[in-house]
Amino acid sequence: MQTKSEFGYNSKIEGDVVLTTVDAALNWFRANSVWPMPMGLACCAIELMAVGASRFDISRFGSEVMRFSPRQADCMIVAGTVTYKMAAVLKRVYDQMPEPKWVIAMGACASTGGMYRSYAVLQGVDNIVPVDIYISGCPPRPEAVLDALIKIQKKISTQPVISKMNIVNQLTASATS
Amino acid sequence: MAALESAQKLKAKFGALLSEPSEFRGEISLTLADAEQIFEVCSFAKHHAGFDYLVDITSIDNYGADPRWTLVYHLRSVKNNEELRISTSVSEEKSELPSVLGVWRTVNWHEREIYDMMGIRFAGHPDLRRILMWEGYPYFPLRKDFPLAGKPTDLPGVAFTQPAPLEGGPFVTAPGPDAISREPRVRTPEN
Repeated sequence: MQTKSEFGYNSKIEGDVVLTTVDAALNWFRANSVWPMPMGLACCAIELMAVGASRFDISRFGSEVMRFSPRQADCMIVAGTVTYKMAAVLKRVYDQMPEPKWVIAMGACASTGGMYRSYAVLQGVDNIVPVDIYISGCPPRPEAVLDALIKIQKKISTQPVISKMNIVNQLTASATS
Repeated sequence: MAALESAQKLKAKFGALLSEPSEFRGEISLTLADAEQIFEVCSFAKHHAGFDYLVDITSIDNYGADPRWTLVYHLRSVKNNEELRISTSVSEEKSELPSVLGVWRTVNWHEREIYDMMGIRFAGHPDLRRILMWEGYPYFPLRKDFPLAGKPTDLPGVAFTQPAPLEGGPFVTAPGPDAISREPRVRTPEN
């Protein structure tokens, strides 16, 4: 039986009842069903495909549902070199993703522009979208992507959901009144 | 030497417009004196000398020299298995020469790329838009006086660019007699 988890369940004691907080439950759902938006722009995308394939198998962490529509995705994995021409498209795709949303900058190019110190390349995707996790490497190993995903899951499970909603509701109420 | 014969055939047709064929490492080059005649020369090369395929068009920026632009047409004959180069020069004030789209249809994107990177226009091209950079980008980035790091631009709603950090670079090499002079160093258009 799990001991450290917030949502432990002991059938001998509790029967059909599970006790937890709504925040913890919602975050548990969210963290284990992160649907990635694979923003594959260069060679990092090949490693991202390896993460999805059987050897590394991202579905062990609930993220096998690569969504090519931003409207169905939670986490954009920017895998590759972001040129200025693509930057406008990337921002538009990010804007179309529903909240809550997260961004992983995969590899040196997406994080900082990498070796492309040139007129054509955006020097880090964090210039246009907020990045949650940076992965080093050129390209990163698939294990590094899984590690980033686990870090995203940890981050998600510490984010307040209901209390944040209350704050937003209060703010909108005070703004309208 | 089949390519040399084809080059002589072009030379015989166009006379003083074309230079004598020069040979370097078994490859034949011709220089066309008047860029306005490029369509006629290419058309003849395709229909009467068998050059049915255009491999590439490249452009050279002879920064500081006049004429500034040199365009090199790499022709290939698939059936005769031979290659020929035709180069021609365009001044900076003009920066325009006829499109050869009517000869080879593959030219379409080659000419768009040269327009995008160098700013040389092709008269008669039906769709002379940028192909690599986005519409509205104000510079021509492969010109020698354009810094590798880029220039700041801000086009609201279209895109923005900022100069890339180069840490003292760009480090570029230049031709020279020995390894010391060919060593990559910081070189700007000014020095």
